[in-house]
Amino acid sequence: MPKLTSIESRMVVIPHDNIDTDQIIPARFLKTTSKHGLGDQLFCDWRYHPHGAPKEDFVLNKPESQGCQILLAGDNFGCGSSREHAPWALTQYGFSAVISTSFADIFKNNSLKNALLPIVVPPDVHDELLENPDEIVKIDLASQTLTLSSGRQVEFPIDSFAKLCLLEGIDELGYIQQHEPDIAAFEAAHPALIDTRA
Amino acid sequence: MTPSIKPRTIIEKIWDNHVVAERPDAPTLVYIDLHLVHEVTSPQAFDGLRARGLKVRRRDLTIATTDHSTPTTPRGLPIVDEIAAAQVERLIHNCAHFGIHCYPLGSEKQGIVHVIGPELGLTQPGMTVVCGDSHTATHGALGALAFGIGTSEVEHVLATQCLLQKRSKTYQVLVDGTLKPGVSAKDIILALIARIGIGGGTGFVFEYCGSAIRALSMEERMTICNMSIEGGARAGLVAPDDTTFQYVAGRQYAPKDAQWDEAVARWRHLPTDDGAIYDKSITIDASSLEPMITFGTNPGMGIPIRAAVPNPSDIYDPVERASLTRALAYMDLSPGKPLLGHPVNVVFIGSCTNSRISDLRTAASILRGRKVHPNVRVMVVPGSQQVKEQAQAEGLDRVFLDAGADWREAGCSMCIAMNGDQLEPGEYSVSTSNRNFEGRQGKGGRTFLASPLTAAASAIAGKVSDVREFL
Repeated sequence: MPKLTSIESRMVVIPHDNIDTDQIIPARFLKTTSKHGLGDQLFCDWRYHPHGAPKEDFVLNKPESQGCQILLAGDNFGCGSSREHAPWALTQYGFSAVISTSFADIFKNNSLKNALLPIVVPPDVHDELLENPDEIVKIDLASQTLTLSSGRQVEFPIDSFAKLCLLEGIDELGYIQQHEPDIAAFEAAHPALIDTRA
Repeated sequence: MTPSIKPRTIIEKIWDNHVVAERPDAPTLVYIDLHLVHEVTSPQAFDGLRARGLKVRRRDLTIATTDHSTPTTPRGLPIVDEIAAAQVERLIHNCAHFGIHCYPLGSEKQGIVHVIGPELGLTQPGMTVVCGDSHTATHGALGALAFGIGTSEVEHVLATQCLLQKRSKTYQVLVDGTLKPGVSAKDIILALIARIGIGGGTGFVFEYCGSAIRALSMEERMTICNMSIEGGARAGLVAPDDTTFQYVAGRQYAPKDAQWDEAVARWRHLPTDDGAIYDKSITIDASSLEPMITFGTNPGMGIPIRAAVPNPSDIYDPVERASLTRALAYMDLSPGKPLLGHPVNVVFIGSCTNSRISDLRTAASILRGRKVHPNVRVMVVPGSQQVKEQAQAEGLDRVFLDAGADWREAGCSMCIAMNGDQLEPGEYSVSTSNRNFEGRQGKGGRTFLASPLTAAASAIAGKVSDVREFL
């Protein structure tokens, strides 16, 4: 996984609550067997007309959104399905962080494995960001701080292990494999309950 | 003197039984007893194994089937969608390459992964069960800790049979009382989600308990656990009891003979101890519930069947008001009016929520001797080929066909609209599935979630209907 340390960017604002993974990446694009090529389909049904032309009034299609790395969204972002295609689409579009007041559990897990920061802020900070959509926001992972252009600094929570993995580029599977003796010991003490091959 | 042990919930017991390693500076490493694999969320994980030169660690604890992008047209016909065909083919290839047992398209045991797990006796009480699918919570009905994972985690489990996880908080959902006629398990879960909202269970695992849950069949419990994720909880479960043991007994992968007795003795220790403390609780009076239906664009937007669609102007919170306004605009519904009587174009009876034999029997009990409305396309999609066989043995297929419904092969079908079964833009469905998100059943489609009873009644009337008028 690529290392992630700090981000400084303008925001793209999609303020709605409960943005589900079916909106982030509709299921019909999940027939792919690749992780790649999903950025163009991000928010597809909000972003394009049925015949394929971009909807000019949708925020991702506005000139000022180009190059933005931070998405500001409403509460409970990423609810719904477990598709990791959602963070793949977001990162391939160019996002490195999503700011919200809360995230759905599976989406949050999936994001942290793909160098996409799910940043939870309190409602008053969220309101301030919504009121200043043109803000340039600075995110520093090591200090877990978000700095607004007003100079206001806000600390955000992040799981300490996920933070370490992101900062150091640690591969989670490699980490689990280091526990081989523990896994083998567990297996020795717990006979299998089923045999799917039988 | 026996040492005093802190009373624990079933959720904590199953967790404790699966801890492989615990360190203060990292999430807990937990062992997975059963890994279910399907075509959509696995190909990138298998690619990851190949890139690292890894094998599947526990082929004996892993099983695969095709369901999501799988056609429900007669078996033997080719898959028309080339991309879907390639994905289904890739699963078969990956399973062959890595030595995983697969029930592929054409197998008599193929079906929706959350239908076949319990049906084959693979899912058993006390297990940890994962799948790259958020409706894995279904398996919690058997007293298992079952949750959905992403593709990276699918790769972790394939390679190590373990996952790094943080302990979830516990949430008691206490449902007491007796359901009234026409009210079913689906209405219990839709009512719960309407009360707590779709983020209400985030960070928690639900334990469903109380007399109303005890009275439910195993398949009804699956309907409830299935939609735990719609309340934000990654998992939801029901402590095993005699209903559970009777369901599991004799199934293909269930323990046999002496091993069965041993297993049941072990499973009897799983239920929550007296005095165990939950992090959160809610009580629902089953006898007060009405048939439920959703009107909006998330499963929390549900109302009793005769209630009026809420009016945004009655809502104080500006964000909630905006959500409701958006939802009503997408659904093209007028606030303040009942949904009852709203015309429908399609009725879908199926999905991992409501496609089991008891669901089909229930729907057939309403459709028997009646005709579906000429303006309505009705699709009945069994959850597995075994469910299909059973339904045909009971003559349910004839009931559906005689009523004018379409009787299909097993798969996820119009729940997720990846396989060609879908709504046209602007169409309304009454659907027994689990999600009513924008475009979920086809781009521009509009979904009312309800029980198989409500779906069958609406199919006959051609409009959203109260099944109690058909009983």
